[in-house]
Amino acid sequence: MSLNRDNISDRLAAVGYIADRDIATALWLMDFLKRPLLLEGEAGVGKTEVAKALAAVHGAELIRLQCYEGLDQNAALYEWNYQRQLLAIKTREGADADTIEEHIFSERYLLERPLLAAIRREKPPVLLVDEVDRADEEFEAFLLELLSDFQVSIPELGTIKATSIPRVVLTSNGTRELSDALRRRCLYHYVDFPDVDREAKIIITRTPGIDTSLALQIARMVASVRKEDLRKVPGVAETLDWAATLAGLDLHDLRQEPEVVHETMLCLLKTREDRSRLTREVTERLLGKVA
Amino acid sequence: MSVAGRKSPQTRESENRSDWFAARRRLADFARTLRDNGFKVGLAESGDALEILTTPLALRPSTLKPALRSLFCATHSDWQRFDEIFDAYWLGRGIGQARMLAGSALEGRAPARHLKDVGPHAGTSGLPDHTQRRHDEGDAAGDGRGRREGASRFENLASTDLRHVVEPADIAQAHALATRLSRVMRARLVRRERVRRRGRRLDLRRTIHRNVSHGGTLLDLAWRRRKIRPLRLVFLLDASGSMSLYTAFFVRFLHGVVEAFRESEAFVFHTRLAHVSASLRDRDVTRAVDKLALMAQGIGGGTKIGESLATFNRWHARRVINSRTAVMIVSDGYDTGAPEQLGEEMRRLRRRCRRIIWLNPLIGWRDYSPQARGMQAALPYVDLFAPAHNLESLAALEPYLARI
Repeated sequence: MSLNRDNISDRLAAVGYIADRDIATALWLMDFLKRPLLLEGEAGVGKTEVAKALAAVHGAELIRLQCYEGLDQNAALYEWNYQRQLLAIKTREGADADTIEEHIFSERYLLERPLLAAIRREKPPVLLVDEVDRADEEFEAFLLELLSDFQVSIPELGTIKATSIPRVVLTSNGTRELSDALRRRCLYHYVDFPDVDREAKIIITRTPGIDTSLALQIARMVASVRKEDLRKVPGVAETLDWAATLAGLDLHDLRQEPEVVHETMLCLLKTREDRSRLTREVTERLLGKVA
Repeated sequence: MSVAGRKSPQTRESENRSDWFAARRRLADFARTLRDNGFKVGLAESGDALEILTTPLALRPSTLKPALRSLFCATHSDWQRFDEIFDAYWLGRGIGQARMLAGSALEGRAPARHLKDVGPHAGTSGLPDHTQRRHDEGDAAGDGRGRREGASRFENLASTDLRHVVEPADIAQAHALATRLSRVMRARLVRRERVRRRGRRLDLRRTIHRNVSHGGTLLDLAWRRRKIRPLRLVFLLDASGSMSLYTAFFVRFLHGVVEAFRESEAFVFHTRLAHVSASLRDRDVTRAVDKLALMAQGIGGGTKIGESLATFNRWHARRVINSRTAVMIVSDGYDTGAPEQLGEEMRRLRRRCRRIIWLNPLIGWRDYSPQARGMQAALPYVDLFAPAHNLESLAALEPYLARI
């Protein structure tokens, strides 16, 4: 099933993801050119959400590989089920070593990890390789190979070819420079914080029963908080937390309750330093701009 | 309507074909323009771009632009510059500017922009900075000279203050020494890592494989050695007027280090910060050094260490610094910005990296004490405050780095 470029935004909206036009184009190109999509952007702008929405649109399974330093093939690709292997060796004691070996290195004892799972599904899933910049260079090279051939070789078993080509989304926070080869293999999209209108729409979609005017006020307020010199800039998830809190408190206009606004801002500010930077006065000044 | 997708009578057909060829040529030319601007565009990308031309996306610039942007961009800096280049090329806006960008054929992209930005100042060639500093450092400078008079004539090159290496032959020799030193430093560091780290854990996959013939009894164990990860070095070199006597030398030293260390990054700052690793990785030492010398010279208006560090913390630190990173700042600490800002940025930097080493050429001068207010503000966050006025003092760093 391929996406129609015109209705892709609508279909994303239907699954709860408010997309800007450019990301819609990028998602369409992914299918058209059969290339993975690399998303970069600050933490909290909703990179992971893109992959989730894409999976929902296609009705496909989302397979997620979270990268970390020291991630190796065992954790990412496949692992043998050692307990069962040992058991099998014990129960077949006395048999010819070659026969046992052939038996215990068969598919029955193979544990799929995300990458292997992604290429062995009947229906193409969405593979999300999250924070690929946290993995080591070696892993990146391996990933690149997998993404171009869509086959893996398991020394004990042979080569496994993909039964379906997954749609691949990679995200990066920029903690390490990715290799040029990987970057070139992928389509690129830089995800920015949503503008006020889009963020307001996101709030309305995700927070049931919230006023449109309040959502707009919250979006404006968050946009101006992001402009302050903070250590940790609040992401979309924080905005949603805050919106849910304010809606839960039955607030309808931010300007009427500056006290509540200031106190609930702890949803947005995640370090002590940022808390102390946004004093009551600063909150009031920002509120003044929201009007 | 897409140029390729039309079906029409014979005459239209050939017209279309020539249209199509023209579009292809224009696209190839656009890809070249991007390449000139430092984009990594290969044949595969050009091919895919042709595919895009056959789709309805190619009908309007407003839809073609995001499509080509996703395809051709690979980094955030590409992303930021793409629109400008696209508009210049396809819509004929600001072509002159785009050409100029392409013309400054520096390898590093960010530096190229910085250079362009500071262009107008170039004529002043650093003089204002120099005169402005003079009274600041008057005393210290006098002392330095005094020392020189009294020094032994047989001082070897390694212990000569770098300011006084003036003969071209001596300069060349000093540079060669710097390069060698940077290599030696690298070799020793790596070796020490290897003996120090002995972390081992069991490799189950291999162990099982090996022990099938023992009936699953684990006799022959396979071990996994912890991978050795060398130290990462990040250099921040002050290239302001007050450092000008040392800059050329340190640039040479940086080149050696960046070439030898796989994980190292270099930045040069004066009133602003420039990422210069890419230029330094040029195999040709002379060319790399010339490029950098060009960047380092001709900038007036003081040193903004605090501001440069802020830029570094904001835009580069996350990418180039990890927990095994030693940051080396080479500067005399004369900051024309606010010392409070320098202190604050140093504090932020300190929290991210493993060690901060501040090399100050002035320490080598007799009776020097870090009086400059900027230096005072920065010192609490510095792990090692060391001289760097001659080659010996640089060599003395090596054991320290090996222990990190």
